[in-house]
Amino acid sequence: MNAAQGSEAETVLRLSGITKRFGTLVANDAISLSLKRGEVVALLGENGAGKTTLMNILFGHYTADEGEIEVFGKPLPAGDPNAALGAGIGMVHQHFTLADQMTVLENIVLGTQSLWSLNLGKSRARAKIRQLATDYGLEVDPDRMITELSVGERQRVEILKALYREARILILDEPTAVLTPMETEALFATLQKLVAAGLSVIFISHKLGEVQSVSDRVVVLRGGKLAGERMTSEATRRELAELMVGGQLPVNEIGPSTPRDVLFELRSVSTPSMGGAALRQISMQLRGGEITGLAGISGNGQAALAALIAGTLEAREGEIVVHGAPAGRWSPRAALDRGLGRIPEDRHATGMIGDMSVAENVISEAYRSPRFSRFGFLDWKAAAAFADDIIKAYDVKCPSADARVRLLSGGNMQKLILGRALDGDPDIILASQPTRGLDVGAVAYVHARLIEARDRGAAVLLISEDLDEIQTLSDRILVIHRGRLSKPSLRGERSVMELGELMAGHGVEEGADHAA
Amino acid sequence: MNVSEAFEILFTASFWVAAIRIASPLIFATMGELICERAGVLNLGIEGIMVAGAFSGWFTVYMGGDLWTGVFVAALTGAMFGLLHGFLTVPLGLSQHVTGIGITLLAASLTYFTYRILLPEVSSPPKIEPFQPFAVPLLSDIPVIGPALFNQTPLTYLAYFTVAAVAFIFYRTPVGVAVRAVGENPAAVEAQGISVTAVRIGAVMAGSALMAVGGAFLTMSAFNSFFFEMINGRGWIAIALVVFGSWRPGKALIGAILFAAFDAYQVRLQQITGGVIPYQIFLMMPFVLSIVALVVVARRATYPKALMVPYQKGER
Repeated sequence: MNAAQGSEAETVLRLSGITKRFGTLVANDAISLSLKRGEVVALLGENGAGKTTLMNILFGHYTADEGEIEVFGKPLPAGDPNAALGAGIGMVHQHFTLADQMTVLENIVLGTQSLWSLNLGKSRARAKIRQLATDYGLEVDPDRMITELSVGERQRVEILKALYREARILILDEPTAVLTPMETEALFATLQKLVAAGLSVIFISHKLGEVQSVSDRVVVLRGGKLAGERMTSEATRRELAELMVGGQLPVNEIGPSTPRDVLFELRSVSTPSMGGAALRQISMQLRGGEITGLAGISGNGQAALAALIAGTLEAREGEIVVHGAPAGRWSPRAALDRGLGRIPEDRHATGMIGDMSVAENVISEAYRSPRFSRFGFLDWKAAAAFADDIIKAYDVKCPSADARVRLLSGGNMQKLILGRALDGDPDIILASQPTRGLDVGAVAYVHARLIEARDRGAAVLLISEDLDEIQTLSDRILVIHRGRLSKPSLRGERSVMELGELMAGHGVEEGADHAA
Repeated sequence: MNVSEAFEILFTASFWVAAIRIASPLIFATMGELICERAGVLNLGIEGIMVAGAFSGWFTVYMGGDLWTGVFVAALTGAMFGLLHGFLTVPLGLSQHVTGIGITLLAASLTYFTYRILLPEVSSPPKIEPFQPFAVPLLSDIPVIGPALFNQTPLTYLAYFTVAAVAFIFYRTPVGVAVRAVGENPAAVEAQGISVTAVRIGAVMAGSALMAVGGAFLTMSAFNSFFFEMINGRGWIAIALVVFGSWRPGKALIGAILFAAFDAYQVRLQQITGGVIPYQIFLMMPFVLSIVALVVVARRATYPKALMVPYQKGER
């Protein structure tokens, strides 16, 4: 991808002085950016740095308060997705914008012709889609329903949607977040072909490795401002990281583990489905003093496993063993009583109750204990004191224990959940996607607490879709695919590609019976 | 009660003629509701919109208008209530349930009020000359099925055509794809440069127009005058039929005919049992059967994903 290196390449897109405010928050502060023909520009920044906002302005989903956009030398009218599409901009959103119960073809042709035409022109569309698919390595059957497609295939449909409209500028918002390592490589190969054909790409990411391997130029955003701009070939990883974070990158030290007894065990457990795959005959052991990482692409049974351990999903068959003895009837209350610390996947849906106060939320798992209630009446003083303890110990930024949880940022909400879950030093810790959507500082903080819990002897199950996170923290790694588990591997035993193979389902089935 | 007699009813042409006649307004109403729901908007205004359609169509003819002008006026009245429902639920994003019930109360009350204002003197409902059955040559000569399907009024033929048109538009035209997509994932529609608001309001208006024509069928084809309470829950039945039909026009048509057949059947059963069984039992039958059918059929139905989910542009 060096066609763009020469300065003679035509500038296809220019953003100048874009400012966008949401209330008092300045999401984009006078950002300027340009893109040349055949160039891949990476837009690097943490969550909340303003990357997605900027791209939504470019695409007309939001209207900028100040600033101008020029595409192929012509000004782009603000707030009109149609104008952006017409000017040759295609966007692949982080959350796909596909209608699930419709075919690939219907999704692609949507909006590409007059609404009052009496003919969809399916055969012509089908031929064009097939041609684009072979040209750019985006194989997908135009007549399949979106629901039948894998996440990687859905992303290909999104890219095809843009190419079908002859987009010349393609914006990809965190495109690799949902992909396996193999799918990521295939995506990069596609991008190479697109650039070779003269398209320009804006690649939004917060992963340094990817940015370095795919882009020609990197633009770094931090706190809504332009933090810096570098040619990829001239920038070091460290330099980019510091631009992104605005200082030193926090680093956690993780020492060797000292495995202890098995504290929690599943013996050939099967469950009904929970949105994703159901668990099929899985067995696993969680040892004290170890972090067990569960890798896998979302929807392969992680939700069912987390719900099973938390007690919200009942096993169809199999046995749950806690501290060496069968657990008996397993329910959320039993799980909490037996010393489970729970960090749920979705902070907003199952972690916290947004419209209740910090104090109410932190006692929501323990309100029955004599510590917080006497003769069936809540002791609000004790609750407020507990909330204040967590706020202090976990450095939660919030006005007071009476504040509505809804008003807290994601990172602070997560710290609150962490404080609640780790209170009383639980033996078994279930951490589902504990760092999703957090910035680097908060991620490091959550990791440090999990490592601390491990070092004092707790058994930690870390469920994450971020392979880097799994590899950094886990002493033992399991891979889940379609509700089955791989054989466990120790730290460093399997490479990223090997784990990726397992995530894609190669080799998980055989390991299922032996998983321990 | 004679069992074979009860069975023989099913093979008489007059029974099926009645079934199709009863089905016709349901077909219009069900297609109307189906269009709204496929676009993601539940329209509980249906019952009231049918009342308004029944009255406005009939009144146009009563005042000397042509029958087809009456149908057009009914459709227009429905579309206007659809516009109101659409405006409240789409750009303003109000609760579709509450708005719908409000529209039903408003449309029905406004209709009764208008009736009283316009016709203050009448004691018995005035009559019009309604649509007459028209036998389609050849097709109507087929035994049993022929007269049932092809010796009906033009409005019934329009109902058949509506089903075919809705199915064609949904699956074969860009506007149909847009309507379905807007009920599945409005963000997908906006990302492709189509206005979610326009598509949803348009669909609700078109659907409401069909509902109103369904109401007008009663005053202009099945009967020849307008009286209070004549819609009698048909709108609510249409909502159940949409679910029964899994939001598909063809299946919903079958549901409408099935329900109408039960209804026609129970009337005949009442006659042959001669009062031994309380007639209310028979009146109840179609409704009980539709609940049973819903339980059996609709549990596996895949409903439009964005049904009852308001879409706000630029919201995360």
